[in-house]
Amino acid sequence: MSKLRFLAAGTALALLAAGTTAQAGATLDSVKQKGHVQCGVSTGIPGFSSADDKGNWTGIDVDVCRAVAAAVLGDANAVKYTPLTAKERLTALQSGEIDMLSRNTTWTATRDTSLGINFTGVNYYDGQGFLVSKNLGVKSALELNGASVCIQSGTTTELNLSDYFRAKKMEFQPVVFDTSDQTIKGFEAGRCDVLTSDQSQLYALRIKLADPNSAMVLPEVISKEPLGPVVRQGDDQWFNVVKWTLFALVNAEELGITSANVDGMRTGTDPNVKRLLGTEGDIGVGMGLTNDWAYNIVKQVGNYGEMFERNVGKGSPLGIERGLNALWTNGGLQYAPPIR
Amino acid sequence: MAADPREDDLPSKPPVWNDPRIRALVFQIVIVVAVSAFGYYLFDNTLTNLQKRGITTGFGFLDSQASFGIIQTLVEYSETSTYGRTFIVGLLNTLLVSGLGIALATLLGFVIGIARLSSNWLIAKLAAAYVELFRNIPLLLQIFFWYFAVLRALPSPRQSYDLGGAVFLNLRGLYLPRPLFEPGFGYVFAALVAAIAGSMFIARWARRRQEATGQQFHTIYTSIGLILGLPLLAFLATGAPLAWELPELRGFNFQGGIPVIPELSALLVALSIYTAAFIAEIVRAGILAVSQGQTEAAHALGLRPGLTLRLVIIPQAMRVIIPPLTSQYLNLTKNSSLATAIGYPDLVSVFAGTTLNQTGQAVEVIAMTMGVYLTISLVISLLMNWYNKRKTLVER
Repeated sequence: MSKLRFLAAGTALALLAAGTTAQAGATLDSVKQKGHVQCGVSTGIPGFSSADDKGNWTGIDVDVCRAVAAAVLGDANAVKYTPLTAKERLTALQSGEIDMLSRNTTWTATRDTSLGINFTGVNYYDGQGFLVSKNLGVKSALELNGASVCIQSGTTTELNLSDYFRAKKMEFQPVVFDTSDQTIKGFEAGRCDVLTSDQSQLYALRIKLADPNSAMVLPEVISKEPLGPVVRQGDDQWFNVVKWTLFALVNAEELGITSANVDGMRTGTDPNVKRLLGTEGDIGVGMGLTNDWAYNIVKQVGNYGEMFERNVGKGSPLGIERGLNALWTNGGLQYAPPIR
Repeated sequence: MAADPREDDLPSKPPVWNDPRIRALVFQIVIVVAVSAFGYYLFDNTLTNLQKRGITTGFGFLDSQASFGIIQTLVEYSETSTYGRTFIVGLLNTLLVSGLGIALATLLGFVIGIARLSSNWLIAKLAAAYVELFRNIPLLLQIFFWYFAVLRALPSPRQSYDLGGAVFLNLRGLYLPRPLFEPGFGYVFAALVAAIAGSMFIARWARRRQEATGQQFHTIYTSIGLILGLPLLAFLATGAPLAWELPELRGFNFQGGIPVIPELSALLVALSIYTAAFIAEIVRAGILAVSQGQTEAAHALGLRPGLTLRLVIIPQAMRVIIPPLTSQYLNLTKNSSLATAIGYPDLVSVFAGTTLNQTGQAVEVIAMTMGVYLTISLVISLLMNWYNKRKTLVER
């Protein structure tokens, strides 16, 4: 498996070496021409992106891919998925193996500025936490001095962890795995006392345990982890499409447009709604799409709130509170520039 | 007198485009130019693409701070060390597991290979079963088996298996006592060196005496006595200048002593057992390649079976064994990169994994990693070829 990974990295490099250079507009044109969006997702985190036994992908990150496909091609199902580990994801995007990456990837300065990629926004505000077995009797992360910590390699989590322990003058032994699946297996086998990851992932991994109630998430959140979709640098048109797809999802929730009422709203009189749904103005055409781009998104995928509840919120096994991910009007951080 | 008849026998000189030597030369030049041009094109295109996409290049990242922890480091390393340091740490961990693996696999492979030719039916069949079982299961599955299945069977740190309060085994690893050398231990070390030198001298003297007189001498027993006894005497004479740091359960885990992490054990066991199955077959083939007449001749001279094997069969078999053995050593070293699957911090896991992802310098990191494996493989080949040359038949 890891040999395959190595091979994959090598192939990506070969693509980087032999591929043609990126040109503005090239990605949108190529997506329209091939008729699907090639979307990089995680190898399996329930609620974010995981495949069922029939190979159908679901999750909040998957829904972003589907929203982009709906906006560009009018069909939310016109997506092909590439499951990627944390280590492979950025190379896959840089080399053009995928059109966009929607895989709980933290927006950081280094990644945004020196790797030839652009973050298009935030579809989930997260923070790093700790999962421990209940029978350890630990109630706070400050009691973790000397613990073994299971962790996924090549993540910002790995860096935050060592920063946190150094700042608190505590020691730890890192046990580093390749995929989140192996990480939770190592935790379950007792190789480590603690599993650390973004809090959302901890809830997702916890339900993979044989007995989810045997483990608990500690209250401490030790970092900011703004997660969002990523595109290649140097293609502004495609960057705009993915960015505004994200904004359309949030604006739709703010305006009260859902997949159920979108047809009725379309014939209404609210100018904000009419601009978003394309019955007034030429915003879609200006982006290189059709004017019903946002209508297609909401009709086929729903608004941001629907997406959240369905995949990670109350309507899902994860049961995560909206918290920071509530709309700005409800005290959260989700805020989108206006459509006008 | 007629002209030199030989001149007439020679075929007339072919035209330049039909001269095989010139044609070969031309084709070789064309190929070299084509390959270089292709290589240059790849190199140039990569650089251009990297630049166009705004990806930083160069090896400057090796001097930046790594900021992540590594569980097993043979040299000093902390989160404040550089990415260059992570390269060294990963490299040494790869060399450690490969070196130990080669030694163990060779030992096990020779034993199984010889056992397979044993006249004892049970031993021969057991050895055959071993070979067929471990040769035919993919290595990655074996690594997972040794890691996850065996790990689950071990107790938690608090319920560790305890050997005399000094050695502990639990699912976090094997904890051994660490020797602490006090002043005066240098004499013990000096005694050991002297004992080894003495044994070598005795061995030479014994061989000369046997060649001259035919009388044998118990070199092995004398050497063991010397190598064990002399340092022991020095140790007692200097007042036992050695203390042990015992592993101790503090908090979540054992602290102190020498910890052997389960990732290392699992990888080492899997690699050794897997490769040993192949080495066993190579050894069997090598022994079968030695003519049966050699055995019969040795027996006719009155040599016992053990001596026949050691003095007659194995030395001749080695010539057949060494070249394929080299390939197995190379395979084992390269297969050690499967470490990432269970989190052993080898070069691929630490450097081509974490460091690559934290810095995003894919081209540089992968190039360095490939360079390392290439270098290790070439060094192993070189050493084994040198050894092979020494073992070839010397004709007088």
